[in-house]
Amino acid sequence: MTITQTKTKSPAPDERVAKRSPFQKLLGRPEVGALVGAIVLFIFFALVSPTFTQPGALATILYGSSTIGIMAVGVSLLMIGGEFDLSTGVAVITSALTASLFSWYFTTNVWVGVGLALVVSLSVGFINGWILIKTKLPSFIVTLATFLMLTGLNLGLTRLIGGSVSSPSISTMDGFASARAVFASSVSVGGVDIKITVFYWFALVAVATWVLMRTRVGNWIFAVGGDANAARAVGVPVKATKIGLFMAVGFCAWILGMHNLFAFDTVQSGEGVGNEFLYIIAAVIGGCLLTGGYGSAIGGAIGAFIFGMANKGIVYAQWNPDWFKFFLGLMLLLATIVNLIVKRRAELK
Amino acid sequence: MNAKEIDQQTLLQNEKDPLTHTPVHLLSLDGVGKHYGNIIALSEVTMAVDNGRVTCVLGDNGAGKSTLIKIIAGLHQHDAGTLKIMGQERKFSSPRDALDVGIATVYQDLAVVPLMPIWRNFFLGSELTSGFGPFKSMDVEKMKDITLKELAAMGIDLRDVEQPIGQLSGGERQCVAIARAVYFGAKVLILDEPTAALGVKQSGVVLRYILQARDRGLGVIFITHNPHHAFPVGDRFLLLKRGKSIGYYDKKDITLDELTAQMAGGAELAELAHELEQLGGHSDVVKEVQGEVADVSQTTGKTYG
Repeated sequence: MTITQTKTKSPAPDERVAKRSPFQKLLGRPEVGALVGAIVLFIFFALVSPTFTQPGALATILYGSSTIGIMAVGVSLLMIGGEFDLSTGVAVITSALTASLFSWYFTTNVWVGVGLALVVSLSVGFINGWILIKTKLPSFIVTLATFLMLTGLNLGLTRLIGGSVSSPSISTMDGFASARAVFASSVSVGGVDIKITVFYWFALVAVATWVLMRTRVGNWIFAVGGDANAARAVGVPVKATKIGLFMAVGFCAWILGMHNLFAFDTVQSGEGVGNEFLYIIAAVIGGCLLTGGYGSAIGGAIGAFIFGMANKGIVYAQWNPDWFKFFLGLMLLLATIVNLIVKRRAELK
Repeated sequence: MNAKEIDQQTLLQNEKDPLTHTPVHLLSLDGVGKHYGNIIALSEVTMAVDNGRVTCVLGDNGAGKSTLIKIIAGLHQHDAGTLKIMGQERKFSSPRDALDVGIATVYQDLAVVPLMPIWRNFFLGSELTSGFGPFKSMDVEKMKDITLKELAAMGIDLRDVEQPIGQLSGGERQCVAIARAVYFGAKVLILDEPTAALGVKQSGVVLRYILQARDRGLGVIFITHNPHHAFPVGDRFLLLKRGKSIGYYDKKDITLDELTAQMAGGAELAELAHELEQLGGHSDVVKEVQGEVADVSQTTGKTYG
């Protein structure tokens, strides 16, 4: 019965296209390694810990995944475009601090700060991209410099303006309630409270996937990452594409930064250091090639979900969380090896 | 040497376009030169490209072939002489500029992005879209169909345009790039050493596509260091050496042997034969070498270049 149904549903294939089984098609996707890993991990934790599959626990896992996943969307696109960003972790905090400190110092409505934070986040991305294009230095160096500078600015300016290492509380200011509703509320789905960041995450993944697969810009992103010279030679605006990608990362940092701010109402200025690697790990586990030109936004999302499952699953299984980092490293290694095999198959055949 | 050179002074004034019979060349260079700092890469190059004609640019490594095509393709700007498109003087600031007036370039090494599917490569930079404003998306099915059809028209039998282009052979990749240029209405097609990295059979296939592009009315500029590839398909031959033109011939005025001898440089060839003689080579062998030196040097250039 099911067989006949699938037969009638499948569209008439071009007679010149050799038939590939759905399994073969799946193997050709960048995120296949991550998908297999995610399924194995899910079954594993479901068996080990009965609480793992409870709706409440799944909502918590999804929330944890979304805080990595939102950034992983931008970072995945950037990596497909052939570049790195090491400043993402602190850029999230920069965005949150900008909104917080500006509206506190000038006692404006917090939405003014939120708007300014967006401008600052996009500017950080633009500056990263612009320096990269102008100097032709590797993005590793350029964004490492940005990372260090932002880390210093976060600490220095917060102490200078607020007089403390954490930003002052803005919970009583105008617009805080509405901003919290937008960036840090929960939505009840079937009796389970799901954080709004999960929906932002899904929306960003959907938009990024559409852009990659179905728009000209997506074609350009693959091209500038795969071979920037070839792309330029056929008329692709390589510089604009790369700068745009860094700005997209900035946009993601703004969303996550606003969530961090309005979920807790203060921001620790020293936070965020090290998170940039989590975003990169999510993208790499999800099948994005470090060298660019290959990958998917969905892969990055699966990578983030693996991270979320491992992070929370260890807690639900009542293990020592010390093992988490070991596990993450192992996943990264396995995922990178799978990616390498994929790339060799594509290039050397 | 009784090959008759084309008079470069009268070339650009008197010759008529073979199709429209108007006294205008599709593309013409007059005394074009280019220097990088104090290094003169190219000087005083004069040539013309017409519809349905193949102009071959021949020269050894470092002769200035790459510089010449980079100027025509818009990657570099010339700093002496004039470049005219249909009689209008132009200076391209980017490859996009050159593409917009119908000059398409197929590069030997950077023709395509290996990890991307064939259809994405085919339309790269000129994607078909449907929809409006921010919801403008690519017309994927149409693009795949056209890719398949255009490649079939060029005689490339592909099963799946979704496979990464890196999986195709070197010759097939060149052909995809040529088909792409033809489809996008190129008037001038520049081919940068399309046969350099290919075997004998694959080279033959690419040469056939060059003739097909010519028969479709394109002006083809074929860059090569192999006179054996250039002679069968070329209508005119521009020989470059150390950044200067050392000859510009019509096919009826030159033979393959003369072309080969010109390329290799008579004096150097003699010197090499002399050297081999001194090293104790048989006189037969030396004679043979004298004839084949050009080929051998090309073959090695091919392997390591």
